[in-house]
Amino acid sequence: MYELKYVQAKSVKEAAAFLSANPEAKLLAGGMTLIPTLKQRLARPTHLVDIAQLAELRKIEVKGGKLVIGAGAKHHDVANSAVVKKAIPALAGLAAEIGDPQVRNCGTIGGSVANNDPAADYPAAVLGLNATVVTTKREIAAEKFFQGMFTTALGDGEIIVRIEFPLAKRAAYSKFHHPASGYAMAGVFIAQVADGVRVAVTGAGPGVFRWKAAEAALAKGLKPDAIDGAKLDAAGLNNDMHADSVYRANLVRVMTKRAVAKLSGKK
Amino acid sequence: MNMAKVTITVNGVKHTKSVEDRTLLVNFLRDDLGLTGTHVGCDTSQCGCCTVTLNGRAVKSCTMVAAQANGGQVTTIEGLAKKGKLHPIQQAFSDCHGLQCGFCTPGMIMATAGLLKDNPNPTEDQIYKGLEGNLCRCTGYINIVKAVKRSAKLMRGKAR
Repeated sequence: MYELKYVQAKSVKEAAAFLSANPEAKLLAGGMTLIPTLKQRLARPTHLVDIAQLAELRKIEVKGGKLVIGAGAKHHDVANSAVVKKAIPALAGLAAEIGDPQVRNCGTIGGSVANNDPAADYPAAVLGLNATVVTTKREIAAEKFFQGMFTTALGDGEIIVRIEFPLAKRAAYSKFHHPASGYAMAGVFIAQVADGVRVAVTGAGPGVFRWKAAEAALAKGLKPDAIDGAKLDAAGLNNDMHADSVYRANLVRVMTKRAVAKLSGKK
Repeated sequence: MNMAKVTITVNGVKHTKSVEDRTLLVNFLRDDLGLTGTHVGCDTSQCGCCTVTLNGRAVKSCTMVAAQANGGQVTTIEGLAKKGKLHPIQQAFSDCHGLQCGFCTPGMIMATAGLLKDNPNPTEDQIYKGLEGNLCRCTGYINIVKAVKRSAKLMRGKAR
């Protein structure tokens, strides 16, 4: 790791001001991606601004018909929260499948969403549930927030404060883990909402995306077989040493069927 | 050089040291405190050999700077045995021979401590999931899983 200065922020406001004054400073939450990146000298920030200990970012509550999760909530917190389990059990289940226990004890929902790793789990839930990302500056709809591989709508010095998930009628997540890293080779989050069904896919493409052909098919009948005819072009999907794009397209289809089956309580 | 003053309670003893800001927690434990029971295996957050508990929860000490643990309570493998008597998890790993070379063992034991805190009576599947963050390149895990089961029994006071 290159030399840097560690700063513990006393409030979100202070952290935002510090980031604005120091353009090469980096925000540190759980550090599950940032610290390995720094250790490999792939980044050289002047400062680390730690917001992990801020209680104001850790709140989890249901408010105004939405599940509101503070950006600093750790995966372990979300996985074990009685509030989340009651409001959107699929989200608690998703959090319980991220990485490994040590990672879940450190990593945060805000960090995962801000990083927008194309194989991360949370982006699928944020997009699938049509959540709103609330920052220190504005509210950003999921559709506008994720902009492709490791890219988001966040501007310089902008900090995610909380994520607001509308309560779905039903939701389910199904993931095919990479056997070594635990990341999603393909992960599909399905939400049955007031105006239809949303299908969000992570791990398979360069960034999280909605599989609209499957949504249209499932709107006609919410059964696993309904997506048999839904088109998914493998050309845009990831093609790497772990899996080629045709295999990934098939995984997306299988994970979607499994998620639909979970929705109806069938294995 | 950017130096930070950190105060961390390790195995019940408060230590205040001046360390470089970029010092990893594992290096603080090993180099500054001489607690070399916490191992560096992969150094890339995969293997879990560096697992310690921070404020009661298992973390990988190679993936955190010491300053992040400032003000916290850390327990390492050295902190488990009390008055020369092995901790039940250590005893169980010995009883079941849950190791071969022993390199991953401190991390396995600290991860087991974290697992059993959340779930005092895990099923075999829950043990597999609970140790997902730890790699062993010798045993094939069979005896490690046995050791975790026995640890759970010993800690619940149900084993002879």
